[in-house]
Amino acid sequence: MPVDVLIVDDSAAIRKILQRMLRQAGLDLGTVLEAGDGVEALEKLKGQSVGLILSDINMPNMDGIQLLNILKSSAAFKHVPVIMITTEGGEAKVMEAVQLGASGYVRKPFTAIQIKEKLLGLF
Amino acid sequence: MMDETALVKALSEATAEVFSTMLGLEAICGEPYSETNARGQSDGIIAVIGLAGEWIGTASMGCTAAMGCRMSSHMLGAEFTEIDEEVLDAISEIANMIVGSFKTRTESYLGALGLSIPTVIYGLSFSARIASKERWIVLPFYCGDDTLNVKICFTRNRSLSRMASLVSVQAPHR
Repeated sequence: MPVDVLIVDDSAAIRKILQRMLRQAGLDLGTVLEAGDGVEALEKLKGQSVGLILSDINMPNMDGIQLLNILKSSAAFKHVPVIMITTEGGEAKVMEAVQLGASGYVRKPFTAIQIKEKLLGLF
Repeated sequence: MMDETALVKALSEATAEVFSTMLGLEAICGEPYSETNARGQSDGIIAVIGLAGEWIGTASMGCTAAMGCRMSSHMLGAEFTEIDEEVLDAISEIANMIVGSFKTRTESYLGALGLSIPTVIYGLSFSARIASKERWIVLPFYCGDDTLNVKICFTRNRSLSRMASLVSVQAPHR
């Protein structure tokens, strides 16, 4: 069954790569929503349901941690798996994300194999 | 004292990793060299990122427009023959990943480092100058017939030590 996905990253290039790598990882992609930051992500989610969210941590306006916090407090999205994407080491932020309920995290640069490993057990 | 060999190794590994994972390309690192007050690149693309912490500096990644298109084509899985917004975004992200990976590899001995938002410059005839006398370490990477120059310049953050001494002078005695 196709999985609808929301990809949140301020880089259009990374959103495109993630979409391609999700396919390479063997995920049956349904509708793919894209957002450039947390605020836009929440807008895109209005009236929508998705089965997976991938979100960058460092973004303008609303970062990935703030977005995750809101999602995990929401009845509609608290059960949706969220995989965080980060560029830097940023151990503290990664740990914060995991404590808030992120299903996993991937560090840039990443490969389709790493994405696939994160998807295992989710679908 | 900064271990330059370790910095070169970290930057070389970070660049090679981004090329192999995100671009599916092999970038072979040539002989590193240093330059001071060198005349900068005069055309093509340059991505610049600032680093700040106990050490401050700048990292840059420069290449021709053709190499920029080639890297973007491999990264995005589409054919790019001219520089557009997508290419500039891809170049910015490649530079961000290289410097981010470099930061992760070096923080154990350079201390915590913050990265600035990348700036990408593209043009056909410009003049790039570094407004300081600091020495730059240059790593040329060869990818087929194309070359990518990754440069880094670091110096100890003197304002941080001045601030630390001011704080210690102004701290109330118990």
